[in-house]
Amino acid sequence: MKVRIASPLLSYTGAREVEAEGDSVGALLDDLERRYPGLRFRMVDEQNRIRPHMRIFVNREAVRGLDAPLAPDDDVQILQALSGG
Amino acid sequence: MHETRRTAQPSDGPLALLVATKKGAFVLRADAARREFALEGPHFLGHIVNHLVLDPRDRRTLLCAARTGHLGPTIFRSSDLGGSWKEASKPPAFPAGDQAGRTVKHTFRLEPASAAEPGVWYAGVSPQALFRSEDAGDTWSSVASFNDHPRWLEWTGKGQDGTPDGSILHSINVDPRDSRHLYVGLSSGGVFECVSEGRDWRPLNAGLVADFNPDPYPEFGQDPHCMRLHPLAPDVLWQQSHCGIYRIERPGEKWERVGDHMPRDVGDIGFPITLHPRDPRTAWVFPMDGTQVWPRTSPGGRPSVYVTRDAGASWQRQDAGLPRENAWLTVLRQSMTADAHDPVGLYFGTTCGELWASLDEGASWRRLRSHLPHVYAVEVAELDA
Repeated sequence: MKVRIASPLLSYTGAREVEAEGDSVGALLDDLERRYPGLRFRMVDEQNRIRPHMRIFVNREAVRGLDAPLAPDDDVQILQALSGG
Repeated sequence: MHETRRTAQPSDGPLALLVATKKGAFVLRADAARREFALEGPHFLGHIVNHLVLDPRDRRTLLCAARTGHLGPTIFRSSDLGGSWKEASKPPAFPAGDQAGRTVKHTFRLEPASAAEPGVWYAGVSPQALFRSEDAGDTWSSVASFNDHPRWLEWTGKGQDGTPDGSILHSINVDPRDSRHLYVGLSSGGVFECVSEGRDWRPLNAGLVADFNPDPYPEFGQDPHCMRLHPLAPDVLWQQSHCGIYRIERPGEKWERVGDHMPRDVGDIGFPITLHPRDPRTAWVFPMDGTQVWPRTSPGGRPSVYVTRDAGASWQRQDAGLPRENAWLTVLRQSMTADAHDPVGLYFGTTCGELWASLDEGASWRRLRSHLPHVYAVEVAELDA
């Protein structure tokens, strides 16, 4: 499936839109980590919690957990909220 | 360069300043006379860089502790002084399933281990914990003897507290005679010594006041700001704490408040303390205003370094070249350092983005740079000719 990537993660993917596979958000992130080593830990902490400013949308609906299911034709967007100066 | 790797012989080769800032990292290469400093960078523009350190053992491996306000913390590595970078394949992180649910908020300090352990590094992080790498910073593991110590929660107050930047394990001192013998400083816990050949830890806080505590002399809970061990006299440790300037000579157990000899109108509060690379009786501090609501700026808007050359029995003001009024500078705990030349060069960076240098051991100062981002750390890298 196509995954749109937040700009702070472009140093890993080199592209705003990439291909990855997985039947859940967690599996998708594991696949992204295989393709782009280091990316996952910048998004998800060591206790498998999505970091506070990371936002994942599936078909434009926000998901909060790594166990959210995915279908092959789902639209996934990884965004990031900014705050501070 | 880190004090713990210096030798009795002064350096006379080229050097660079490694400057970590809130918005990236910079390298300033000095000419042979240390007169001109050419700026390179920024590296990782927009990243919060807490520390940038060259391994003094190989003079090649450069480690950079970085995060952004929104991405998780990581370590970048370079073997060509920042010409190219590679990310650590396993940055500091607590084990998955950690019973306390701890996560690394950021890496604050990077410390090469002793010369007897080439490639070994330590990292101090927030929450207050210690990590170790045995492959030049590529993969990191939790130091379980400290991080999982039965008293860790008690010593650190709690895992992840609510102070603005989090409580940090900010000082790591490795005894050059015994690589298993460490002293660490915790911003919300005090000083701890690694004993029993690396298997256990104990508080080392006798004599250190904690004037914010109901018991002003607790076993632990103090707030050291910066602690340094002298490489040529490794039984001598100095610290600038939240409550004064202290020195201890081991095997003594009690810290002495040598800051009592500072001028009363200046006080002995500050963040950094820097040691002379060859003289264990000489140290420099950068006092700040610790009254009332703690401005943490230069007392009275008149910045100065203070030096002692008699183990803290007396202190002398060193402000030649620094602004004489209306300069509300803040120098953070990792932002003042010394080179190993003769005379010793001193360097400090401010939170308003200035970089200052003295090539005569503090007798006179000149500004090297303005308009850098908020400076978090300044280190010296002694380079090969």
